[in-house]
Parts: sequence; structure tokens; C-alpha cells
Amino acid sequence: MRYQTVIGLEVHLQLSTRTKAFCGCAIDFGQAPNSCVCPICLGLPGTLPVYNKEALNSAIKVALAFNCQIQEHTKFDRKNYFYPDLPKNYQISQFDLPLSRNGHMYIYTENKPKRIGITRIHLEEDAGKLVHEEANSLVDFNRTGIPLIEIVSEPDLNSPQEAFDYLTGLKSIIEYLDVSDCDMEKGSLRCDANISLRPEGSSQLGVKTELKNMNSFKGVKDALQFEVERQAELLLSNQQLVQETRLWDAEKGRTVSMRSKEGAKDYRYFPDPDLTLFNINKAFVEEIRGRLPELPLDKMHRFMKDYSLSEYDAKILVSSKKDSQFAEECIKIYSEKDKKPLVNWLIGPLLQEAKVRKAGISELNIEKKELVNLVGFVQRQEISGLSAKTVLSQMIDTGKSAELLIKEGNLLQVSDLDDLNKIIESVIALNAKSVDDFKAGKSNALMFLVGQVMKKSSGKANPKIAGDLLRRRLSNA
Amino acid sequence: MELNQLTAHQLLDKIKDGSITSQAIFDSLYQRVNKIDDKVNAYVRRGNLERTGKESGSKSELLGLPVTIKDNICTEGLNTECCSKILQGFRPPYDATVINNLKRSGAGIFELKANMDEFAFGSSTENSYFGSTHNPWNLDCVPGGSSGGSAAAVAADEAIWALGSDTGGSIRQPASFCGVVGLKPTYGRVSRFGLIAFASSLDQIGPITKDVEDAAILTRIIAGYDPNDSTSVNQSVPDYTKSLTNDIKGLKIAIPKEYFVEGMDPEVKAVVDEAVNKLKGLGAVIKQVTLAHTEYAVPVYYIIATAEASSNLARFDGVQYGYRAKSDNLIEMYKKTRAEGFGEEAKRRIMLGTFALSHGYYDAYYLRALKVRTLIKQDFDKVFSEFDCIVAPTSPSAAFKIGERTSDPLKMYLSDIYTISVNLAGIPAMSIPCGFTKNKLPVGLQIMAGAFNEETIFKVGHTYEQNTDWHKLKPVIRL
Amino acid sequence: MAIDNETIKHVAHLARIELQQNELEKLSNQLHDIIGFIDRISKLDVENIAPASHILPISNVLREDNPQVSLTPEKALENAPDKKGNFFSVPKIIE
Repeated sequence: MRYQTVIGLEVHLQLSTRTKAFCGCAIDFGQAPNSCVCPICLGLPGTLPVYNKEALNSAIKVALAFNCQIQEHTKFDRKNYFYPDLPKNYQISQFDLPLSRNGHMYIYTENKPKRIGITRIHLEEDAGKLVHEEANSLVDFNRTGIPLIEIVSEPDLNSPQEAFDYLTGLKSIIEYLDVSDCDMEKGSLRCDANISLRPEGSSQLGVKTELKNMNSFKGVKDALQFEVERQAELLLSNQQLVQETRLWDAEKGRTVSMRSKEGAKDYRYFPDPDLTLFNINKAFVEEIRGRLPELPLDKMHRFMKDYSLSEYDAKILVSSKKDSQFAEECIKIYSEKDKKPLVNWLIGPLLQEAKVRKAGISELNIEKKELVNLVGFVQRQEISGLSAKTVLSQMIDTGKSAELLIKEGNLLQVSDLDDLNKIIESVIALNAKSVDDFKAGKSNALMFLVGQVMKKSSGKANPKIAGDLLRRRLSNA
Repeated sequence: MELNQLTAHQLLDKIKDGSITSQAIFDSLYQRVNKIDDKVNAYVRRGNLERTGKESGSKSELLGLPVTIKDNICTEGLNTECCSKILQGFRPPYDATVINNLKRSGAGIFELKANMDEFAFGSSTENSYFGSTHNPWNLDCVPGGSSGGSAAAVAADEAIWALGSDTGGSIRQPASFCGVVGLKPTYGRVSRFGLIAFASSLDQIGPITKDVEDAAILTRIIAGYDPNDSTSVNQSVPDYTKSLTNDIKGLKIAIPKEYFVEGMDPEVKAVVDEAVNKLKGLGAVIKQVTLAHTEYAVPVYYIIATAEASSNLARFDGVQYGYRAKSDNLIEMYKKTRAEGFGEEAKRRIMLGTFALSHGYYDAYYLRALKVRTLIKQDFDKVFSEFDCIVAPTSPSAAFKIGERTSDPLKMYLSDIYTISVNLAGIPAMSIPCGFTKNKLPVGLQIMAGAFNEETIFKVGHTYEQNTDWHKLKPVIRL
Repeated sequence: MAIDNETIKHVAHLARIELQQNELEKLSNQLHDIIGFIDRISKLDVENIAPASHILPISNVLREDNPQVSLTPEKALENAPDKKGNFFSVPKIIE
């Protein structure tokens, strides 16, 4: 039997406001334990929460960017469970009246757009951090109370790769909004996954597993892949799956069953009486919508239109906000009408250099003007593509200009006809057989002769001009 | 009269004319506490009493006048334990907003905190980790609760005035039992920031005083918008002393028939009827009305209040402060800490509230209770659309004997039957002394008004007070 | 509504309160009585009544995103029953 994979993701995102969700503690990472805390986020007896206006605005931005409907009435609820990283032993969250519902975004797995539903985006607060020792657990409440939003997807993802692409796309949108660091390794973005398998064609969902403890997008993908195989194996051998939470062990590359804390039905959600209702009027929402920055999908379409780029090229360029800005500025500097050669360099060699250096293209040590210059050299056939790639790498390493590096490397192609003709004459003289072959109609022979010209010129001959000259010379002879 | 026997406004006059200092008032209170509090037990942790100079020399309005604070209101650096073992040793690193307001107004904070039912769970102050408070009018009787320490201290002249908190009657009922004045302000009138929560949607801090004028002064000082409390209302605070006019002619007063029913002590009924007649004699128009959903108030209250409490009290787990039981396993530590740290009533209410919120019962209990709460509020809205205020007894009985109701929680819960609706409706209400039973136990008259209409309450209370002497009588404490 | 011992035990676990057998029985009886009493609200028709989760008509209370002074770690840990360095310390979590 063939199975369909069904995945839904729950993404928790720390909002990068100046202060915490319900108190005025500055959000400041890397500080000494329990130094970014106050009576309110410590949940000391008698303290009360007041929600951060900026957190609400940021959350609304995110909800709108994911095409969600902002609910007219929303409220906070308490989710009750005991855990030492939770000072009040309840988390302020949202239950039946979340900030927003019914959104969607598009992913491009294998270059085809697919719509992924967003069930809801709601507001909550972060918990503290635990450090486990031999006999004790140590608690640091610095993170406690940082505003979070939870983005819950519909179970519309059908492969670990789609889940990966969803996360990448989601991160890209958030980055454009500039409301969160979105860094899974630092914990500002966290992701839990629900996964189940069902027989192909079935409309009923299978028994699901909740996966936790992944700390990179790749970790999410790997954990899901492991789970697909584990579940399929059980199903194929007619074994019963149990609904459970499993933790991803990245080192061992497997998921392990976790004994549950409190079951979801034991959370005893109820409206938080310490916080008021929020009535969010349409005008306010529209005002925020009006101030939203251009989002990746819009930018992609604009690039396609304005610069006649293919969807594929445009999609790569827009995936990062800063890189897309860098790319667009380069495109504007580049004076040729056809932008494709430059774009090829942006998403080709430049992106490659960036990947090697584990950075974005905008973070590389290269001036936009210089990059455009380099592409100009190539386009004018003044240097070979191969040389240009070397120059690009050197530019990034040294910060020197393209022109200087080309000069230093003596890389300008020989396009001078007199120089080339001298080389050609000597090649013809030395390769009579190939000359005859060409004359007999074997066009491959010309390639060989061009190769010889290149060799003799130490690679600096312009292969196109050399080819033209050769052809003309041999046809005339 | 000794200084400790005077009202705050009398003492303020004396400080102003230079005849006394606030230090002298502190001294007279210490003397009184040292003399009688072993009997009354209005204050807790008395061993801590430091007779240090308290002369603040404050030139602000209250001129250094001491205020007694209930043990559930956070005072920076002073133990605040809600009279619970689980909070033992807890010294808040911050002051409640009301304490800030008091200090800003020049008040001196009395270092001893007033006794109370643990976490304000109770109507008798018998549920205190530090032992029961005794009613100054009869030491064998309870002072009411949960602000029994505050009320007894004021009644026994161990305090000039005091702050209590009222979730279901915890200011008014002890005020009634101790023969003093106690006001529960409108929900949102006084900041709850720094009040250790029992039931967040019902709790309010309020004054317990020797007369209505003091209540009017203290209310104005503690009331007002607080940006630290989302449920505090941004509405200006009137000078309530302007309402003390001694004139209620033509005022329309409603008498809810559901508050004069069987189960009520006939002596209390007689005293309250007499008080109502007095108001009529002073020119008020009296008419009977109905508050149809009164019978549901106690059940609704015990669902909502305990549900909120079960969540509010979850933080007492031995992690950050207070008592921690020894264990090398976290969950066991939690369970033992809470089993050993909470008293019986606290455990009962946490259990009831947890149950009311739990899966499968939420709709039948909590959600339904919230709906009935709406009906109860609507009853009041309707009455206040036609009347200026409602007058009723504060409690169906006068103070009962210590130990008399401890074995029957339900019976204890029913002692709040006349005070609870007010909290559910969020409206203000005040209890003032209106007479005594044959056994010389005080009876309280409750005056309720619409939201943010404390002024009418003060007007009626003050007028009644000006024409009676009940508030001037003082208990004699047998030593 | 009847409340059986299993429910009481589960509720006690959710509330993290250890109950001795005698306490359990006593509480069971008391809660039974109290719940029997509060059950009277079940006879009211509340079909079209809005729940009063807040009694006040106020909404949209927010604060500006302006940093305030935090506590020092010393102050934050002042009341701690057990601490290690700047951390609160609790017994190991054994599920």
C-alpha cells in the first residue's frame, strides 16, 4: 500500500519588541541569568500583566502577511500547567478567540506553487530556560514573558521537503516584516510538527505523532523523514500507532517517545481575568495593512515584470529581504536592458560564494558597482567566464576592484586581431590534419583548432573571436 | 480619649494644629497592641515589632498618619504572607500601588500586618496560619473575614484605619461583625497591583475605618487609574468628602426582598428594619424591589472565585519564594510543598476551582456561572436605573462563635450570601454599624450603589451616621 | 453531579496537591456537598446569555513598548528557597 504523508506545523516566534509581552523588562539576550526580570515576569504574588502595544501591532502585521482574517474580538486565556520554567504555572495564551484565523501562504516545492492553509496565529508569552544538572534543574527567567506568536498551519504539507520549504518561506515573510530574528538555532523561532500517514486516497487522518526538540529547519526535515519511515514501517507490518509526543535526537538521528506532561485536555483554559478584551477595528487593521512592506511574493512578481526575470530567478532573488535589496540595487546599476546576464551572476557564482562563506549575498565584502563592472567585463568578452569567477572570489577576499584584479592577473582576453592571427597561423601550420578534416566537412575539427589557439595563448584568447577568425581563414584558403 | 481611639480626620486636625505628632500616634498604637493583641490577634508576626521612630515629618496630606495593611497587600521589604505557611518569609521586592499611593500622600505604613483568612479564603479569620483573630466585642466570637484582622484592629483601637480586601464580602462582613465601617469600591476603582490575588475578577482593596468620613478620605487616596493594572479604570476620583452632606431627602432607596428571607437572624432583621426606618425618617424614599437571581449568587461565586483562585495560586510551588518541602523529585516537591504549605480551606477551594475548570465540566460550571453572573449584574442594572442605592443587611447574622462553622464549609460559604452579589456585579458597597444584638454584637447595614457611584454610598452612610451613635460605641476588652 | 474518588485524585494531581487517604475521603464528601449545592445553577436557562468574563466594559488596555528598570539578580533571587549562582534551583524533573 502507498501512504500519503500529512504534516501540520506549529511555529512559535519571538517578537523582537524592545520590552517583554506583559512587563517593561528590556529584551536583551546573552545577559547573566535572572538579570532581565522584574516582579511581573517573575510572576511574583500580586503582580499583573499589561500587554505590549508593539507586540500586538507586530502580531497583526504577521497575521496580515499570512493573509489571515484579524478577529474583531480577541482575548487572552490562561493555559494551566506546572513547570518550573513557567513562574505563574500558567501561560498567558489564546484559546477560543485567537487574534487571527484562516490565512495561507505559498510554497514552491519543485517550482510549483502550492497553497498552505494557516489555521490561526495567536498571541502568547515565552517560558524561561532550564539547565539540567545531575540532581537539580536550574532556572533562568530572562526569557520568560518575551512576546510570542504561534503560527499554526493546516495539515496541508505532504512531505518533509514541503515542511522545509514552508519554514523557509515563512521565515522569509517574517524577515521582510522585520518583527523577529527568526533564528531557530538561537530559539527565536521554534517549530513543532504533527505528522501522520494515511493510505493514498483516504480522506481520514491517521494517528499522529507530535514532534518536538528540532533546532534547525534541516532538523525538522530530518525528524519528519525519520518519522515517515518509522510510521510507514509500523503500518506496513500492521502494527498499531499510538498518538504520542516524540523528541528528535539530532545526534542519533531518530525520534524517541516522550512521556507526556499534561495532556492537552488538562490545560484548563479560561479567560484571563487580569487582561481585558481587545476589540480590533477594521480601520486600525487597514492602517497596519497599508504600512506593510512589500512581501516576497509581491516582490517576486514585480521583479518578473520590471526586469523580465523568470519566476525561478525572481524567486531565488527575493527569498531574503536584504539579498533582494542588494540584487535590486545591482540590477539598477547595471545599464544593459537585458538583466539576465547579471541575474545569472547573482544567483549563480555570487550565491555560490555566499554559500561557501555561510552568508547572504548582501553580506559579502563586495561593492555592487564592482560586481556590475565584473559582469560588464564578461559581457564585453574582455575576460573569460572562468577567470571572472576567480576574480569574483578574489574581490570578496581582498576588497580590490575587478579592474585591478584583472590587471594583476593579466586576465584580459586577447582580442587583438594581429596577435590572434599570429597564433592562428602557427596553429594551422602545426595541425595540417585537422585543417584538412575541417575542409572535408568535419566541423568538430574547428573546435579542436580553437582549443589549440586557447592553449597557445595560455587561455587568454577570446574563444569566440578566435573561432570566427579561424573559420574565415580556413574558408578563404 | 487616647490618640489610638480617635479617627483619622480627628488626628489630622490635631497634627495640623501642632498638638501632637504622628510619632505619638504610632506610640499609642504600639502600646495598645502590646496591651491587648495577645487576646485579639489582629496582627501577625508581632515578634517583629520594632519600636523604631516613625516620625516621617511628612507634610503631605496624611502627615505621617499610620495605616494598617492586610497581609495580602505587598509592602516592600515587609513580610507579606497572606497568613499562609506557603508564603512564609516572603518579602516582596515592590510596593502595591495602594501602598505607593498612601506613601505619596504622606501616610505611615504600620509595620505589623493584619491577620486574615489564608489567601482571603474565609468569612471568619479562622483560616489563618497564625491563628484566629478574636472579635473585640466578644473574644469568643469570630471577627468575620477574611479581613478580620483589619476590622478587629480598627474596632479595638489597635489601628487608626486599615486596608482590607473584598472578594465576596471580606471587607464588609468583618466590618459588620466588628462594628466599623468597611467599603468595597467599584471593581476597577482601586488598583489591584500588589494585592495577592484570590479571584482577579472580584477582588478589590478598600478601607476599614471608624467612621464614614475616614472611609471617604482613605478611598480617595487609594483610588485611581493605575497603568500597571489592566482592569483599573481611567476615570477621575472625586473628592468624596464633598458627599458628606447629611442630606438624603428624596433619595430613592431600594430594599431587595431576597435579602430579608428565612435563614436570617430575626434580631439582625429587626435592627436592619429599624435602620431602614431611620433612613425613611431622614427623607429617603424607600421601596421594595427584587434581585431575582440572588439565590444563584453563592453558587456562581464559588465557581468563579475558586476557578480563578486555583489558577492564581498555582504559582505557590516552592520554586521562587516561600515554603518548599524537601524532595529530590520536582513533582513530588510540588505536591508536598502545596500539601504542607496550604491550609485545609485553601486546598478545598483549589480543588473545587480546578474541578470547575477541568475537562468535561467547564461548560456546566465555569461557563454557565459566567452567564449567570451576567444575569445577576442585569438585576442590579435594572434597579439602579430607577434607584440611587440599595440598602440591605451585610450579613444574615451577627458574629458567630469561633469554631462554630469550621466543620461545615457550605454553611460558612452561606454567611456571605448578602455580600457576594456586589462583587459579581462589580458595584461598590459599604457596611456601616447600625445597631447591636441582645448579646452586644454589632450589626452592619449594607449600602450598595451603581458602578462608580461611591458618592451616593458615602452620602447615605454619613447621613445615617450623623443621626445615630452606633459608630461611636467601643468594645471593652476583658484582659 | 457526582464526583468520584478517581476524579478527586486526578484533580489533586492537576493541582499538584498530595492528599492523604483520610483527606481524600473528607474532601470527597465536602466537595460532593458543595457541588451538589452549586448544581442549582444548572436549572437556569442561560441559552442566549453572554458570559461575563469581564464585568467591566473596558477593552484594549495596552502599554507602550518602553523599557523599565529590571531587578538585579540578587534582588530577584532574594526569596529563593534554593539557588545556585544566579539561578533558581529545583529538584530534578522526573516525569
